[in-house]
Amino acid sequence: MRKSFKLENLDCAHCASMMEEGINKLPGVNKASISFMTSKLMIDADVANADELAPILDAAQEVCTSYEKDCRIVR
Amino acid sequence: MSPKQKRLLTRVIIAFVLFIAIEVVSSVGVLHNLFGDPGAIYAEFVLFLIPYLIAGYDVIGGALRGLAHGHALDEDFLMTVATFGAFALVFFPDTDPHMAEGAAVMLFFQVGELFQSYAVGKSRQSIADMMDIAPEFANVMVEGKLEQVDPFELAPDDELIVMPGERIPLDGTIVDGDSQIDTAALTGESVPRMAKPGDEVISGCVNLTGKLVVRASKAYEDSTVSRILELVENAAEKKARTENFITRFARVYTPVVVGVAALLAIVPPLLLGGQWSDWILRGLTFLVVSCPCALVISVPLSFFGGIGGASRLGILVKGSNYLETLASTETVVFDKTGTLTDGTFAVTEIRPTAGMSPDDLIAVAALAEAYSTHPIAASVRAAFGRDIDHDRIDRVEEISGRGVEAVIDGKQVFVGNDKLMADHGIAFDAPDAVGTVLHVAVDGRYAGYIIIADTIKPTAVEAITALRDAGVRKTVMLTGDRTDVARAVAEKLGIGEVRAELLPQNKVEEVERLLHATEEQTRGKGKLAFVGDGINDAPVLTRADIGIAMGAMGSDAAIEAADVVLMDDDPRSIARAIGVARKTMAIVWQNIVFALGIKFAVLILAAFGIANMWMAVFADVGVAVIAILNAMRAMNVKK
Repeated sequence: MRKSFKLENLDCAHCASMMEEGINKLPGVNKASISFMTSKLMIDADVANADELAPILDAAQEVCTSYEKDCRIVR
Repeated sequence: MSPKQKRLLTRVIIAFVLFIAIEVVSSVGVLHNLFGDPGAIYAEFVLFLIPYLIAGYDVIGGALRGLAHGHALDEDFLMTVATFGAFALVFFPDTDPHMAEGAAVMLFFQVGELFQSYAVGKSRQSIADMMDIAPEFANVMVEGKLEQVDPFELAPDDELIVMPGERIPLDGTIVDGDSQIDTAALTGESVPRMAKPGDEVISGCVNLTGKLVVRASKAYEDSTVSRILELVENAAEKKARTENFITRFARVYTPVVVGVAALLAIVPPLLLGGQWSDWILRGLTFLVVSCPCALVISVPLSFFGGIGGASRLGILVKGSNYLETLASTETVVFDKTGTLTDGTFAVTEIRPTAGMSPDDLIAVAALAEAYSTHPIAASVRAAFGRDIDHDRIDRVEEISGRGVEAVIDGKQVFVGNDKLMADHGIAFDAPDAVGTVLHVAVDGRYAGYIIIADTIKPTAVEAITALRDAGVRKTVMLTGDRTDVARAVAEKLGIGEVRAELLPQNKVEEVERLLHATEEQTRGKGKLAFVGDGINDAPVLTRADIGIAMGAMGSDAAIEAADVVLMDDDPRSIARAIGVARKTMAIVWQNIVFALGIKFAVLILAAFGIANMWMAVFADVGVAVIAILNAMRAMNVKK
């Protein structure tokens, strides 16, 4: 399933590309991409519905926070 | 400014005021009088820490957090090490103190960050404004009352009401009402369109003058506006070669610069007996320049700006990679019908013999063709433009493969081709014109001829000239049409090469041959663009380096198949698209050369001990801000 989310307080472009790399390495994620200009995160994951996506999003949130403490995935 | 930016601004101002105060106090010698000789330096050290921490406590926090998560070489960390280092130089009594520099570097770093975040916010905002074509609500009649609903909730065949000034929420057909429609947001065309019952309307356009009742033909997510938004947003995912290069470069650049900084600080003092403080300072200066942020932000921003700017002209580019390819277009191949010509038949010439007016000639022809369903007859009637007075027509007979014979106003009239004239022994002119010639004879005497042809779009000549001016070396026209017709069109437009009488599969072969030729002539640098109307030419659109579909407003097939979609059917948009692409690439390269140039220059100067930390801060944040401002130019497009 492929879904995109808005990222709040994404301020650093280099961090965005590091986050993208980090989220891509998470288990279950087929492809993740972050667009710094639109502040959007697109996740394509091996899950059937939004409930199963939630743990992946939690992990992704952790990756984001580790680079920018205020950055939040809006779900 | 966001609250976060305002807080940072306040901190920077307070820190700056304190910094100046401390600088003044220490330079007039107050500290010296109070604390004596070495004491004054330490007092200064403590005092400068105050503005330093006010300005930079979050940077230090970020550095610690980064360290805890194991990604050490982030900007915060590098900046913290550099400034800590500057402060620590106080412990080397053989050198001048550098506390002021340490505090100032942090201060300017934050000023730069503030600028950067402001510029990014601004460009994000202008991108958001550009994308602001999504309708927020739809009006529907519920039990006789007008209600606003989310356009998502509507389904095809629902009827909705669009008031003047509102955006049309879903694609549909007008059931009732006349109005003018502003399509500028989608096509870039500033002249409004007239719309009447039966006309199709496209979501995202603005209804200007009258109330409209529209029957939806598509659900919201399939409507033009959502498809366009999706397309432009996803465009950022298809990264250009230049963007990928920058990402790879950034990955290598920072570790290398940091490595060199470490070597610079340690090796010369150890091996060559240099002064520790001097070489450590040079190493610290390196650290300040080691963030590639100027490029990492400005390059994608330029592409995004270019794509966004193009979309305002009604040109949708599906990815940064296509914008990049478009910029190196050397050959443009056109499909004739629907791109350079309208694809509809129209009267292009009315040439009566002496004693007859063009109006009379077309009137006679229109009356004779009044009952014919042939497209040529239809175009004659369209050129006549008035209602047919059927009382004037007495008898009409179609002669297959020849034309028609009729009695009009009591006179015998023949309207048809050469054969019809020859059959009745009427001498006729044989014009050297392109298209279908329709001769008219009245009472056995030749009255003149009318020429019907596929009309060339009025802007096509200008479009080809504009392409040549934009640096396109070769223009080619492919068509299934007759050779003489194709030749004539090409000559009129100034197109270099023509391939006529092609079957659809031949077009792919032709494009492949041309691709090969372009690659050979330009040593692989030049690219080939194919322009079609998206109908029946999907294979060719895909085969070309870049496929451009024209007149795509409302055509799903075209939006799907092409890499670049022109919403209007004005061929001049092709040159405009190439123009936007070239400008974007120019900005991208300016930024790359400028940012790297300054950074390398400062690195070299720093290695030789010429550049100080002030210059390094400029090379880092100053360059980033300038690059961002430059990148924002990509968004400014003009017709």
